[in-house]
Amino acid sequence: MRPVSVIFGRFLGRCSSLQASRQLATGSTCTIRDALNQALDEEIRRDPNVFLMGEEVAQYDGAYKVSKGLWKKHGDSRIWDTPITEMGFAGIAVGAAFAGLRPVCEFMTFNFSMQAIDQIINSAAKTYYMSAGKVTCPIVFRGPNGAAAGVAAQHSQDFSAWFAHCPGLKVVTPYNAEEAKGLLKASIRDDNPVVFLENEILYGQPFPFSDEAKSEDFVLPIGKAHVERVGKHVTIVTYSRGMEFSLEAAKELASIGVEAEVINLRTLRPFDFETIKKSIMKTNHLVTVETGWPFAGIGAEIIAQVIESEAFDYLDAPPYRVTGVDVPMPYTQTLEAAALPTTAHVVKTVKKSLHIQ
Amino acid sequence: MLSRLSRRSPFNTSIFRSFATARERDEFRLQEYSQKYLGYRKAVFTEKLEIIDSSKAEAVPIYRVTDGLGNFIDSSQDPKFGKEMSVKIYETMTQLNIMDRILYDSQRQGRISFYMTNFGEEGNHVGSAAALKNSDLVYGQYREVGVLMWRGFPLEQFMHQCYGNSMDIGKGKQMPVHYGSKEHNFVTISSPLTTQLPQAVGSAYAFKRQPNNDRVVCVYFGDGAASEGDAHAAFNFAATLDCPIIFFCRNNGYAISTPTSEQYAGDGIAGKGPGYGLHTIRVDGNDLFAVYNATQEARRVALTNKPVLIEAMTYRLGHHSTSDDSTAYRLDFKKVQTWGDKDHPIERFKTYLVEKNWWDDEKEKAWQKEVRKRVLKAFGDAEKTKLAHFHELFEGVYDQVPELLKRQRDELDNHLKEYGEHYPLDRCLRK
Repeated sequence: MRPVSVIFGRFLGRCSSLQASRQLATGSTCTIRDALNQALDEEIRRDPNVFLMGEEVAQYDGAYKVSKGLWKKHGDSRIWDTPITEMGFAGIAVGAAFAGLRPVCEFMTFNFSMQAIDQIINSAAKTYYMSAGKVTCPIVFRGPNGAAAGVAAQHSQDFSAWFAHCPGLKVVTPYNAEEAKGLLKASIRDDNPVVFLENEILYGQPFPFSDEAKSEDFVLPIGKAHVERVGKHVTIVTYSRGMEFSLEAAKELASIGVEAEVINLRTLRPFDFETIKKSIMKTNHLVTVETGWPFAGIGAEIIAQVIESEAFDYLDAPPYRVTGVDVPMPYTQTLEAAALPTTAHVVKTVKKSLHIQ
Repeated sequence: MLSRLSRRSPFNTSIFRSFATARERDEFRLQEYSQKYLGYRKAVFTEKLEIIDSSKAEAVPIYRVTDGLGNFIDSSQDPKFGKEMSVKIYETMTQLNIMDRILYDSQRQGRISFYMTNFGEEGNHVGSAAALKNSDLVYGQYREVGVLMWRGFPLEQFMHQCYGNSMDIGKGKQMPVHYGSKEHNFVTISSPLTTQLPQAVGSAYAFKRQPNNDRVVCVYFGDGAASEGDAHAAFNFAATLDCPIIFFCRNNGYAISTPTSEQYAGDGIAGKGPGYGLHTIRVDGNDLFAVYNATQEARRVALTNKPVLIEAMTYRLGHHSTSDDSTAYRLDFKKVQTWGDKDHPIERFKTYLVEKNWWDDEKEKAWQKEVRKRVLKAFGDAEKTKLAHFHELFEGVYDQVPELLKRQRDELDNHLKEYGEHYPLDRCLRK
């Protein structure tokens, strides 16, 4: 599929690399884009079986410039451009993995991954099980996921729940730059197929970046959530860009004396329920935040698990979800804004949970 | 793409303006078309207005070595197998045929849930398998059992797989006939049609990265599978990535009930090959010698990283699967019988063996009896073999059993401790 967002992506790429270089000058921050680039660069160097494939990832540096400079550095055999057929190159990645390689398969955006969904679900996720552990499929399917800006229904959606639904896949959703690097490296080293969901809006955003994260050995564990902010009045569970609204909301809530605990899921599958449960048993209130659709979404799953667990008895109010609106993404700016969750929605929902007028 | 080109556009540069004559300009453009657009094929202009009518083009010829009676037409094409190999070929084809009959009947008796026979296609399985090296990686569609049998996959394992018991390599995870064996370089069969094609190209690409490893990938598919988008992607990727791969199409006339006349309008599957930049041959799929020669040559070409498409013309004598009754759409059953009587690959090959005095009626009788006995024994043993322990349910979703599944496993154990008597636990292995 030839997407509209090639043009859009190039525009974004240029803006944010400017932004990135400005931020990097301070020395202590890194953009998501650069963090991902570092992870790819290091893992390709570390393991001769790792390679990056996808549309325009080589000479063109990728539609969103995540693979910037890698082709020049590592050459055709490690970074290769594929013809345009998502189901085709996802299938190639599966076959290459069956034969012992460790492909990183970039979807220009996850919007187009639906063309390849059969290869991801029916082959990548299930072959290990169907062969009773004889055939492994170590692939990372990665690329931007979630709502972008001004690109309407077919370029702006969050498929987290789709992939998280399927056994056999691991689904990783980093928020900040350290997570982007540490979790991508862990995903590439993992022997299972991993769907690694980045966020287009966050690519150019700088985040604090520790010396530890700069190391080639920096790897974060898959399957562990992280308590990003400690609080005692309400638990906000979120991931990826939902973190942005949730942290801002927590700050705002603090000004009226509400201490929100913000949990960053980092991984959707395997799912770290223990961290959520522990937090709810302390705060007695739960709000989930995601940019995807509400029906059968990640929030729905979290709440179902809470209700089935001992944490249910600790709830002092019904758990609530903050989600995208249940419509395809409209193009017009005002409608687009109305279709997405914001910081204000999170604040309002927390207040509702705590019965604050 | 357009905007990218226009930034580097050479159209207004002095180079183009410096072409003084029309001929120079033509030459420049023809060279560009040839090198950049047409894969170095010679580009020409024509002043004749003519839309190509594909129905007028000549069909790709069908390569054969023997005639319908099994006689060699051009002796230079005789691969000269020798007695041992010829007998092994014949025995593999007949063993497959007998196993198919027994397992088909067993499904009808409700002893296994599903089966697919290979009737009428034994020649293209064994002919191609014999020409490959056993180290070559095979991706099957589902009707390529002869290939696996040629490589020595034991009868017992076929039966264990169809019963999904504890001795099955797949531990009962996959439905019947979805065989897979790492040892025999045969990838576990995938049910959704044609997913194996791009995967095979991916494996071939991995082989290409290990120079001089003397391995190709051979991927089998049917005429119906060639209609899936995956087939297009695989042909295109194999050609653009220069992969060591053989695409082996078993054109057997039917995709379940859809006849090839409704499946495509062009010159079969071989007709597509040149359009993708694939080396291509159409072969008489019931002439084992022709299939062998074609596959052997295709392997030689593929090893030089030039992908090859083989279309083997054959006929599906059986139903698609046990879920199908082909008499509902193959109304003229006489035609089916004619194919079986006049062009059966096993019979055609047998003529050769008999003429060489390597086989006779007595041997045939003894062999049939022996195979039947062996199949029935393996079948009976598989039926009696215990199923895997129920914990197998949770194994193999990931390389390590995740916490959630461990908890569910414990729950199941507790449940069975109390209510185990209501379950057929005696059919499972004890831990």
